[in-house]
Amino acid sequence: MNDIFLYTGIILGFLMLLPTYRALFGPTVLDRLVGVNAIGSKTIVMLILIGLIYKRVDMFVDIALAYAMLNFIAVLAASRYFQKQKGLYDEGQEK
Amino acid sequence: MTIIITIILLCGLVFFTGGSIGIIRFPDFYSRLHPAGKLDSAGLLFSMSAFALYTVQPFSLSALFTSVKIILIVVFVFITSPTAIHAIVDAGVRAGLKPWEKESNLK
Amino acid sequence: MDAASNSNSVKNIRSDKNPYQPSENRPTKKFAPVPFLLTFIIMACFWLLFSGRFDLFHLSLGAASCLIVSALSSRLLFPEALPPGLFKCWFKFALYLPWLFYQIFLANLHVLYLTFHPRMMDLINPKIIKFDSRLKGDVSRTTFANSITLTPGTITVYAGIMGTFAVHCIDDKSGQSLPGEMEKKIAKVFDE
Repeated sequence: MNDIFLYTGIILGFLMLLPTYRALFGPTVLDRLVGVNAIGSKTIVMLILIGLIYKRVDMFVDIALAYAMLNFIAVLAASRYFQKQKGLYDEGQEK
Repeated sequence: MTIIITIILLCGLVFFTGGSIGIIRFPDFYSRLHPAGKLDSAGLLFSMSAFALYTVQPFSLSALFTSVKIILIVVFVFITSPTAIHAIVDAGVRAGLKPWEKESNLK
Repeated sequence: MDAASNSNSVKNIRSDKNPYQPSENRPTKKFAPVPFLLTFIIMACFWLLFSGRFDLFHLSLGAASCLIVSALSSRLLFPEALPPGLFKCWFKFALYLPWLFYQIFLANLHVLYLTFHPRMMDLINPKIIKFDSRLKGDVSRTTFANSITLTPGTITVYAGIMGTFAVHCIDDKSGQSLPGEMEKKIAKVFDE
C-alpha cells in the first residue's frame, strides 16, 4: 500500500509541471491564476499522501484543510485585485 | 480492499491528468477554466474518497474522525471551487477579455 | 470598467436610495434565542470533530469559544427569523444532491473525452448563452449558479439581480440543456 501511495505522489508531482508551464508562460495574468489554482488543488491531495506515507494522517489532514481555505482566499483576493488593472488584454496582444 | 482503493485512486489520477492536459491544450482562458476547475474537483473527490476508505481500515474513533475530516475537505472544495472560478471569470469579463470563438462563427 | 461606471450600476440597482446610507432593513439588535442555539450546536459539532479530545479542559475551551462566536455572529448564519419549512427545505436539498452528482459525473466524462480527443479544436465551440431564470430567491439563484458551474462544460459568467444569467459553454451539447431540468428541480427544492 505504501508503494502505491509513493508512486501516486510521484505521478502527481509530474502532473504539477503542466500547470506550472501555464503559470510561468501564460499569456495573461488570469491564465497564471488558473495555473496556480490547479497546482493548489493537487497540493491538497499531495499533503494527505505525505501524511499517509509518514503515518501521521491526523496531523496532515488539518494542514490540508487549512491549505484548501488559504488557496481559495488567495485566488479570490488575486482575482479581485487584477480586475482593477488596466492593460490585462494588451499583454496577450504583444506576444 | 487494497484493489478497490487502488482503482478509485487511479480514477482520480485520470481526472487529474485530464485537468492538467486540458489547461495546456485549450485555446483561451475561458475554456481553460472548464478542465482546470472541475476535472480537478472530480479528481479530488475520487482520490479523497480512496484516502478516507484507507484511513478507516482498522476501525477506531480517531480514525473515523480523520476520515470525516477528509470528507469535509471535499465538501469545502465543492462549495468554494465554483466561487473561485466565478471570481476569475468575472475578473476576465471586467478586464474586457474577449472569449475565443471559431473562425466559422466570426464570419 | 472604472469607478464611475461601477457606481452608475450601483445607482441603477437601488435608484431611490443613497447607496451610502445604511438601509432600513438592517438586522435588529434584539436577541434571538433560536438562531443562537442552532449556531451554538453547529459550532460545537465542528469543535468536537476538529479537536477530537474529550477531556474536561478541551471541552470547556470549546464551549467558551462557541459561546463567543455564536453571540457575535449568529445573525450571519441565520439572517432573519427562521423561515418556516427550513428543515424540509434542507431535506429536499439532500434529495437533490444525488441527481446533481450523477449529472456532474456524466458531464465530467464528456469534458475528459474532449480533452483527450486529438481533433479537439474542431469539436469545441465556445460561446456565451444568455437566458432569464424564473427563480426568485437569493439562495435558490446562488444554488442554481453554483450547480451550473459545477456541471462541467458550463460556467456562470454573470448572475444578475433581475434573474439574467450568462453562461459560457464549451460546446453545443453541454449548452443545450440549459436552463431546463436543473431549474425545475431547484424550483421544487425551494418551493417556487
